[in-house]
Amino acid sequence: MNFNLTFIGQMIAFAVFVWFCIKFVWPPLMNAIEERQKTITEGLAAADRAGRDLELAQEKATKTLREARKEAAGIIESANKRGAQIIDEAKESARAEAERIKVAAHAEIDQDVERAREKLRSQVAVLALAGAEKVLESSVDANTHKAMIDKLAANL
Amino acid sequence: MAAGEYNDAGEYIAHHLVNLTYGRLQEGAERCYGGGVVETTHWTFAGCAAEAEAMGFMAFHVDSLVWAVGLGLITMGLLFTAARKASPVAPGRFQCFIEMIVDFVGNTTKEVFHGRVQPIAPIALTIFTWVFMMNLMKLVPVDLIPYPLELMGVEYQKMAPTTDPNVTLGMAFFVLLMVIYYSIKVKGWGFLKELSFTPFNTWVLIPVNLLLEIIGLLSKPISLGLRLFGNMFAGEVIFLLIAALFGAGLFFLPLAAGLQVLWAIFHILVIVLQAFIFMVLTIVYLSMAHEDH
Repeated sequence: MNFNLTFIGQMIAFAVFVWFCIKFVWPPLMNAIEERQKTITEGLAAADRAGRDLELAQEKATKTLREARKEAAGIIESANKRGAQIIDEAKESARAEAERIKVAAHAEIDQDVERAREKLRSQVAVLALAGAEKVLESSVDANTHKAMIDKLAANL
Repeated sequence: MAAGEYNDAGEYIAHHLVNLTYGRLQEGAERCYGGGVVETTHWTFAGCAAEAEAMGFMAFHVDSLVWAVGLGLITMGLLFTAARKASPVAPGRFQCFIEMIVDFVGNTTKEVFHGRVQPIAPIALTIFTWVFMMNLMKLVPVDLIPYPLELMGVEYQKMAPTTDPNVTLGMAFFVLLMVIYYSIKVKGWGFLKELSFTPFNTWVLIPVNLLLEIIGLLSKPISLGLRLFGNMFAGEVIFLLIAALFGAGLFFLPLAAGLQVLWAIFHILVIVLQAFIFMVLTIVYLSMAHEDH
């Protein structure tokens, strides 16, 4: 336990080790640690951000889905309405068409009746005259009795 | 003296507290065991404690230096390996362990010193790891390595360099040198002014101030070095006492074993704590050197 040159030797050794540590040990280790800290912090932040993004996207998707459903419901409703309308219109036009056809048919029938009646009327006179001629054996003057026959025919 | 032959426990302990000394033996010094006097001054290994003492300042404690430098090389090697492999990707276990220590030292430095940590923190790291490794040698059983060495002809061997005051004071005074260096670097002439005008701020009392400040400056490394040395040396003596108890007979064996285990477990705390204290005080002194009053 004497005080001697060991003291100096230890100082030199210490100086060398301190120099070595300052020069070659501390900077790379500290750089690595700091860089890793940065990477981890960034990673955590990114994960956080991604989580938030996902949440937002889900929210958006839900919203879109809800809107789409609402829209689809609206479309179906309007389609149904339109269909009912078309049916109503069709019914209405069919009824109108039927009415029209019926009226036309009635008119035609009336016309036919009229025509037949006219025809008959025109022939009644001839037939009556022919009949009367046969009865009276040409004693009847056609011109004399023509007015009377016509009056008769008009009453038919 | 042949290996392992001691008259009593006192001799055993005294023998184990002598360093392996290589030094200059002066002409006229007494040789050991009545071997006459030295005829010519020469460098040699000391054969006994008296010879080592006779060598005075011109001697080296070979064991202290070899263990200290060896352990320092191992420590720096481990740190350097970690530093070379350092990358921002996920580290391995060894890498994590080293980085944990580095981070711990860095944080301790930041707590004490509010400036750029760059020069102080690596100094603190060197101190913490190296002093810890040197202290750790105390947990090696006291005769495990010295005894085989003794059989091979190496008379003395102290494994833990921190039980040598030369080592602890050497480190402490290098800390003083760094304190002075940084004081001058940071404060320039202000450092001299600080020494001259505190605590009494008058021209008249400059000598008194200088005396007080220089004593204050010197007391720091002395207390720093002696604290570590005292703790480690006292622990070593207790280990040696317990080791001596092993030789006291079969009856004392369980007692000695129990004490050994207890003291070793307690010392795990002490060696870390002393390394930590040495480091923190160094940080404090160096940060004081960086700060103006």
